[in-house]
Amino acid sequence: MNLARVIGTVVASRKDPGLTGVKLLVIQPLKPDRTPTGRPLVAVDSVGCGDTEEVFYVRGREASIPFLPAEVPADATIVGIVDGWNL
Amino acid sequence: MQIARVLGSVVATQKNPKLEGAKLLVVQPVDVADQPRGAAVLAIDAVDAGIGDRVLVVQEGRAAMLALGRGTAAVDAAVVGVIDSVHLEE
Repeated sequence: MNLARVIGTVVASRKDPGLTGVKLLVIQPLKPDRTPTGRPLVAVDSVGCGDTEEVFYVRGREASIPFLPAEVPADATIVGIVDGWNL
Repeated sequence: MQIARVLGSVVATQKNPKLEGAKLLVVQPVDVADQPRGAAVLAIDAVDAGIGDRVLVVQEGRAAMLALGRGTAAVDAAVVGVIDSVHLEE
């Protein structure tokens, strides 16, 4: 799992039926000091997060697990909203 | 998922039976400013995207298989949405 900040939203009318009704967010991966690392990606929201929130997300096959038994073709899914962290 | 531009399509007569009839696209990942990033990849088309469309691409085996809808298949990328718009904060 990785830390990220929500930086935008994506609207797509024509999409795979498995993505119907899900929220698509542009997220920027973060380093622990809150600076950006790597390039932004689009993730599916499974927790109801909002704009500019800090979140954590999973990548890969596990990204479709939060939606089971629905089969959502996701490769990155936000699975938590970060309240804060201490280093 | 990555944001990408559809550059074109691929024709392959001889291929894995699970891929028969599936449309293959060449897509170029882009950043949020629509600039090319990294290498272009081949992806199964699940949404009937066209050349020049800005699309959502999953690059993960299980997600691509779900998009193809034929059970287990040898695919690792699929176009799963045509982007209408991207809204960025700030």
